[in-house]
Amino acid sequence: MKSSFLIYALVTLALLSYALYQGMVAAPTERTMGEIQRIFYYHVPSAWTAFLCFIANFVASITYLVRRNPKADAIAVTTAEVGVVFTTVVLITGPLWAKPVWGIWWTWDARLTTTLVLWLIYVSYLMFRRFSTGQQTATLAAALAIFGFIDVPIVYMSIRWWRTQHPKPVIAGGAGSGIDPEMWSALLWNLAAFVAFAGLLIWVRYRLERTRQQIDEMHALRALASTEGTLTR
Amino acid sequence: MSRTATLTISNLAKDLRLEWRSKDALNAMLFFALLVAVIFSFSFDPTAEESRRIAGGLIWVAFLFAAIVALNQAWARELRNQVLDAYRVSPGPANALFLGKALGNFVFISVIELLLAPLFVIFYNLRSIGPAYQLVIVAVLGTWALVANGTFFAALSLRTRSREVMLPLLLFPISIPALLGMVEGTTAILTGESSPRLWINLLLVYDVVFTTVCLLLFETVLHAE
Amino acid sequence: MDPTEPPHLSGEHNPALSNAAIVLENVSKVFGRFVALREVTARFEYGRLYAIFGPNGAGKSTLLRVVCGLARPTSGTVTVIGHSDLREVAGKLGYMAHASLLYDEMSGIENLRYFAGLYEIRDQERLRQAIITVGLDPDLPRRVGEYSQGMRQRLSLARATLHDPDLLLLDEPFANLDPESSRAMSRLLGQMRDRGKTILLVTHQPAHVADIADESLWMTAGAIAAWNRGVAVADSPSRSGLACKVSAGGPRVRL
Repeated sequence: MKSSFLIYALVTLALLSYALYQGMVAAPTERTMGEIQRIFYYHVPSAWTAFLCFIANFVASITYLVRRNPKADAIAVTTAEVGVVFTTVVLITGPLWAKPVWGIWWTWDARLTTTLVLWLIYVSYLMFRRFSTGQQTATLAAALAIFGFIDVPIVYMSIRWWRTQHPKPVIAGGAGSGIDPEMWSALLWNLAAFVAFAGLLIWVRYRLERTRQQIDEMHALRALASTEGTLTR
Repeated sequence: MSRTATLTISNLAKDLRLEWRSKDALNAMLFFALLVAVIFSFSFDPTAEESRRIAGGLIWVAFLFAAIVALNQAWARELRNQVLDAYRVSPGPANALFLGKALGNFVFISVIELLLAPLFVIFYNLRSIGPAYQLVIVAVLGTWALVANGTFFAALSLRTRSREVMLPLLLFPISIPALLGMVEGTTAILTGESSPRLWINLLLVYDVVFTTVCLLLFETVLHAE
Repeated sequence: MDPTEPPHLSGEHNPALSNAAIVLENVSKVFGRFVALREVTARFEYGRLYAIFGPNGAGKSTLLRVVCGLARPTSGTVTVIGHSDLREVAGKLGYMAHASLLYDEMSGIENLRYFAGLYEIRDQERLRQAIITVGLDPDLPRRVGEYSQGMRQRLSLARATLHDPDLLLLDEPFANLDPESSRAMSRLLGQMRDRGKTILLVTHQPAHVADIADESLWMTAGAIAAWNRGVAVADSPSRSGLACKVSAGGPRVRL
């Protein structure tokens, strides 16, 4: 377990460095936006990584409700936390990019707003987990996670209708919005690196959460084993 | 009539009776929404034209806050004397409890809306340019959207620390599409500039999807231990 | 007991054991670090009245809550009337807790009418009879919030026994009752037992159940420390040292 983790961490590190080179050096400078456009290689992969985390959270939550396996719950809480971290990165890099290019920090466009709502939903999920007391937390949180995930497409559609004037998507957009093949390769390298990095974070955090669960379990066992366990309330 | 339907009615009747006798939630909600209406009016000086544009947001935010009061009260009643345990040990289907309570909250919030809507009209000089009957559709669908999820999340937050605070924290983010639908739909009708059809459809989809999810998950939540 | 019901064969479960009203096997309930039930293994036969004694925090209430499905054991198995899925037998259980489990804003008969609905009982006469049986007036318009403790206690019993359950779980039914009412209540419980009901009753007053209890249990620190035939009124056991030991393999704890 330990050596496989080390190998994985090293691979992730290598990926991150190569992706950094790809994004900062290899990719051509964008014609109108200039160097600032390079934030794109961090902004977009973060968003996709966050979304993958929330998908994993959704699957883990359903799995928990069906199987009642504490491992599924550990994955659910872990992926939600890492997802929130990457969503935060998106929300910070977005305005940083928008200010020099559009002249404003924030615009209520469909994807920005959806990302913000996504962040709100999963922060409220994590807050619920913090505030919840007792052994039913995992079950209740799993139910909440299902609500949150199902809400995402509805949020997206509703905000799209609300803001029909939002900027066209850069990638799958109209004729003038294609991107250079070298930019593509930088984007994909960064995507791979970010997903690997998220995987690393999830791995570490998952071990931590499992350890916490095992400590709880051990406390319960020890309380059961000791004759005056009832006094340790 | 199916067992769930019978029991839903019995739960609804019980909640209405309890509320009628104590009037805890209704009084608090009514006063609360009234306060919001008054305080909002201090923050700007609307002309009739302007207020038509913002009234949608204003009215629904006021009702949303008021709804939180009712939703928190709804389960507080079941916690007193631990009556909820009596339901949990009985063979009564969980969804009958959920539906009864959601319908009860729907009635309470609708009453508040009916009582306060004229007040908003007077305070803000509102006159609808679009067909006013559509406001009723938006109100019914929107209120149910708040109430279904609200009842569910209030049950979720029953066993959390500071549960009264927890409910809005859970309910608001997930209700954003519904709120958007209510606000935009109302504005579209009041200003008569666009069709509210899209927003009504959005509310309809939201209601159907989340009512289904609530019904699928409520038993798990009620018996979670 | 439905003889066609297959016994639930899980792990080292012994099918012969399930021919009892309640079978507990190595049942533990842990709240955080607090052990409410400690490896309890017990078997309660049909048609008997069991009195459960013990100091506060000994796990008596938790035992009842585990049996009626309000609390899920941390480990171990619970089989009630042949079922390990307790939702299946919900209609055959009657549960009376410390709290009244009644709505304060409604009158006695209104409360019972609501709870009768949960058990699909529509016979109004039966509700009135249930109230009369516990010595209250069904036509009393007063709301339960204005009842005296003793009246609430009796109405609570009426609620728990409304659907004629096979198994009754009573948490301190004698609390706050005057001596006369206590005698009436214990007579009532004795009659129910004689009609074949199984009753588990938690109480602090052995004298009230001396005449009716078939067996009595003494619980301390989440374990059953002593199990006697009948009730020895003067018996205030000093046998708490009997708490069960944890088996060598250690229990499986679900969290």
